[in-house]
Amino acid sequence: MNLTGVPGVNMSQETLVEIRDLNFTYDSRPVLTGINMTIPRGKVVAVMGSSGCGKTTTLRLIGGQLKPTSGEVRVGGQVVHELDAKGLYDLRRRMGMLFQFGALFTDMSVYDNIAFQMREHTDLPEAMIRDLVLMKLHAVGLRGAHALMPTELSGGMARRVALARAIALDPMLIMYDEPFAGLDPISLAIVGDLIRKLTDALGASSIVVTHDVQESLKIVDYVYFVSEGKIVAEGTAEEMKNSEVPYVHQFVWGEADGPVPFQYPSRPYGEELMGSAVRGG
Amino acid sequence: MRALRGLGQRVTARIWRLGYASRFVLAILMYSGTSLRRVHLTIREVYFTGVLSLIIILVSGLFVGMVLGLQGYDTLARYGSTEALGVLVSLSLVRELGPVVAALLFASRAGSAITAEIGMMKATEQLSAMEMMAVDPIARVVAPRFWGGVISMPLLAALFSAMGIFGGYLVGVQLIGVDEGSFWSQMQASVDFRQDILNGVIKSFVFGIIVSWVAVFEGYDAEPTAEGVSGATTRTVVTSSLAILAADFVLTAFMFTGT
Repeated sequence: MNLTGVPGVNMSQETLVEIRDLNFTYDSRPVLTGINMTIPRGKVVAVMGSSGCGKTTTLRLIGGQLKPTSGEVRVGGQVVHELDAKGLYDLRRRMGMLFQFGALFTDMSVYDNIAFQMREHTDLPEAMIRDLVLMKLHAVGLRGAHALMPTELSGGMARRVALARAIALDPMLIMYDEPFAGLDPISLAIVGDLIRKLTDALGASSIVVTHDVQESLKIVDYVYFVSEGKIVAEGTAEEMKNSEVPYVHQFVWGEADGPVPFQYPSRPYGEELMGSAVRGG
Repeated sequence: MRALRGLGQRVTARIWRLGYASRFVLAILMYSGTSLRRVHLTIREVYFTGVLSLIIILVSGLFVGMVLGLQGYDTLARYGSTEALGVLVSLSLVRELGPVVAALLFASRAGSAITAEIGMMKATEQLSAMEMMAVDPIARVVAPRFWGGVISMPLLAALFSAMGIFGGYLVGVQLIGVDEGSFWSQMQASVDFRQDILNGVIKSFVFGIIVSWVAVFEGYDAEPTAEGVSGATTRTVVTSSLAILAADFVLTAFMFTGT
């Protein structure tokens, strides 16, 4: 039974997003290699890894902003890269995305940012839109800030407004691109708490791309660790904390050296110094 | 050999970019339905590109007209035909200076602003956010700005010409003392609506398309960094200014040859 109202989207399945043998190459450089992931309905799944390992690319492939070189991403049973423009936009109406720095429309107030999708995609009367916007803002604790402009918000407030905007149309899938980046501890805890509560309240699935280990392990159900475009470990938060995989151990416990070396790849130190001495002399 | 290869690559890149810009303007035309259906989006852009450019257009038009009055009087006095000052000022403005100078000012004031705005929206992921909300940025952001510019340009050029004629009148009639009756009556007798005014309007309409196209394309294609947006803004002003002057020559050759 199709409960979403979106043609072809099957909500009765336990799995909402399924990624199989996904490869993505950019300018002949492999970014993702052989990625397999499963995102169940109603769960918060984290994709972790160091900067530039391909986490955000994974989100863009799920959202259909990039096309895979090979393999496939299925959302609600639909292969994303095979959809035509209309099909893709129909699917995106049921997705929400929180961008790293909010990506709020700077020429619109907080209120208009959240009302944007409702005005674009529905014929709801303005009075109803107002109620819905205030409900969304209340959910993130910013009902009183509805008249502010994005430039008047702190980083944490902007992230919460962006979160309210992401859930404006009650999506089945919410994607978070580095939701904790640059936040103070209080804002960080608030955003983390909201991600968990909103996912549960909406019955949605959430994919959190992050390298903030401590905050995300508190709220996620499952974790994928990505390194150099490959999944190197996966499991529950508890399993990841106790993992013996060297990369995961280094990442979770924040060790300066390990499988991810402190030094950027270079020629041997002695050879480099001697070489410069010879050139200098 | 390497230099030749580099030259070839640069030429190929330019041709590819021109092709991309052409496909981009086709996409704008295809997605213009939103701008027409939700006319307030376009009116808002007419305000930002047109109304907010009024000061620079009106002041420049006044001074250009005043200079034309002074220079024109000096030249015409040598031939004893100073009463033709009104004709000289008006024809110079409606045929040539009005559309061209207004378009150059429009490119600097509004074109650069459009590029910077769209470029910054791209750099701050606002366009990506819009795409992820199933809203096409070309339909919602680019097309209204394009049409806003196309509509504003002929209106601004007309105001520039009107202000310039007023400037010429101030200098010629009020300051120097050219006969007021001759100034206006000769202008009325000599300026042809179709040949002069309509052709001037067509020119400014074409310049509006050029500036708006370059501005939205450069903004949309800008590298999403501060440096990229800055470079795109500069390219908008340089490219559209050169394109305006080149198009002006071609249009003038077709419109006024043999008249």
